[in-house]
Amino acid sequence: MSLTGIIFGVGFFIVTQAQTSGFEEFFVKTILGTNGAIRIEDRFQDTMFYMRAAGAHTESKFEVASPREARKYIEGVEEPDAMMEALRKFQNVSGVSTVVEGSVVADSSFKNDTAKVMGIRLEDHLSVSDLAMQVARGSGSLEDFRNTPQGLLIGKVLADRLAVSVGDSIILRAGQEQRRYRISGIYSTGVSDIDRVRIYMHLGEARSLLKKTTGASFIQIALFDRKRAPQDAEKMEKIFRHSAKSWQEREESWLQAFSALQISAALTVSTIILISGLGMFNTLAMIVIEKTKEIAILRSMGYTRQDITRIFIWLGATVLVLGTIGGWILGYTVTYGVSKYPIKIRGIFSADTFQVYSTIWHYAIGTLTAAVVVMTAAIIPARRAAQLEPGDIIRGTSQ
Amino acid sequence: MSASPSTAHLALRCENLHRYLGQGEGRVHVLRGVSFEARRGKVTAIVGPSGCGKSTTLYLLGLLDRPDDGSIWIADQLMSNSSDLERTAARGEHIGFVFQFHFLMQEFSALDNVMMPMRKLGKLSEPEMAERARSLLNDVGLGEKTHRLATQLSGGEQQRVAIARALANQPAIILADEPTGNLDATNSGIVFDLLTRLAKENGQAVVLVTHNPDIANRCDEIRPMRDGLFV
Repeated sequence: MSLTGIIFGVGFFIVTQAQTSGFEEFFVKTILGTNGAIRIEDRFQDTMFYMRAAGAHTESKFEVASPREARKYIEGVEEPDAMMEALRKFQNVSGVSTVVEGSVVADSSFKNDTAKVMGIRLEDHLSVSDLAMQVARGSGSLEDFRNTPQGLLIGKVLADRLAVSVGDSIILRAGQEQRRYRISGIYSTGVSDIDRVRIYMHLGEARSLLKKTTGASFIQIALFDRKRAPQDAEKMEKIFRHSAKSWQEREESWLQAFSALQISAALTVSTIILISGLGMFNTLAMIVIEKTKEIAILRSMGYTRQDITRIFIWLGATVLVLGTIGGWILGYTVTYGVSKYPIKIRGIFSADTFQVYSTIWHYAIGTLTAAVVVMTAAIIPARRAAQLEPGDIIRGTSQ
Repeated sequence: MSASPSTAHLALRCENLHRYLGQGEGRVHVLRGVSFEARRGKVTAIVGPSGCGKSTTLYLLGLLDRPDDGSIWIADQLMSNSSDLERTAARGEHIGFVFQFHFLMQEFSALDNVMMPMRKLGKLSEPEMAERARSLLNDVGLGEKTHRLATQLSGGEQQRVAIARALANQPAIILADEPTGNLDATNSGIVFDLLTRLAKENGQAVVLVTHNPDIANRCDEIRPMRDGLFV
């Protein structure tokens, strides 16, 4: 009973962690493949108010690190090419892309809709995003976009709303400017908020349409080690005096939600392990009561209190080892089965099956949880058994 | 730690043992200054009415219980005030117990039961332990039943396994609390003869508590007890 409980507890712990991590991992991959690991946006200046305050306390010069609320921001990046050149020298940076962004109204023969244009250099942007894969998931081709100066890549949701397909023309209006473009491809990021508004076009064309002849709205950066994004962003912010946001900062609320879900699942499933531990505690406590005579006779033969404790610890350890191995097998099997289960998810990302992502840590934490519960359940009866006085027990039995 | 004057033939000695049992108003002065000696190669019977303190004396001598006052020497070592670990080690090395109920481990074979004290003492290798256990079981007439589980043996046979187990580590002292109390007359005779013969052959001191006058009369020495004192 206790063994079965531990097997199910460890197994389900692994499964639930694999599921929640799977969706989180998929979300992160989607976000990184769409918006990059770091975005460098507006230039900032420390305000006079802040500089005075800092001087009053330090008696000397101004602090370099400044709180964001004490800054004045100037929109965009003024020298994107120089900044890109400098960014490429960062060891962890794998790609950089200049983006000019602006709002437009898209007119098709069917209807019009507001959209957001992103002017890019295709090759640069492919190095910081999964655009190639996103177009492959949609329709049309990158090759057509590459070779067509007036070509566009538009999101699937927007294409559906405008009732346009690859090869159709649409008119984009920005201020007084309006131009006709040809749809080279329809991409699908899986994030409906992006697919509904974003239109990619060539950088030069975007500058011309949006009347932004110099500078950039932001620079999108891809990293080799995505986990180091906050540290890299902080460093970039200090060096370039531009706001740099890591993906962790941008998606903080979603990541917190995933984290809460993961902890909640872990706590819920841990109750199975806890209940099994209580079952095991009861079983061992009963064994202590039933085996008092045997414990006494072992003590009379020269077995120490530690020896008696060890016997019960061994019992617990055996249940733990068998339970965790069984749990690993169950967890692995069910996780594999769940990963094949068809489910259609559209919204913050797009998936057609359950997303799972297992790491050695899920197995390790599940095992650790079981170890703490099982060994606690074993140690208490073990200590009780070891405290029994052989003379008292044998006297009680003889009378 | 002080030792008493050593005498080669004394395996066990106690002086002025006092023991109280129970608590509060139910507290009873069970032993009132018991002194005793057990000699190697001799069988001593402690006899007396129920509640006179026979078993309590035996458990104190076997270091299964602690006296409230008085001294116990095992192999010339004062043990009455020693630590739990020292007492446990002394039990394993110097003392073998036979109780009224055999207290065999039911899940194990006769051979495993006899090997248990040897496993703890750790002086012999696994094959040597098995060989000695077989030899002891042979001595008590169970050479053909070494691999039987304790549950597959009769009451008399189980008690004989318990004797073999008590002799496993060749202790200097065998303490037996009503070893025949749960057996019929025939088996009582067999068990007593075995216990005394093997102990004498090995020069061990046997102290047994019994209500059976026939058994007591066959011992080398009889020590009657009454109201917590030898009389």
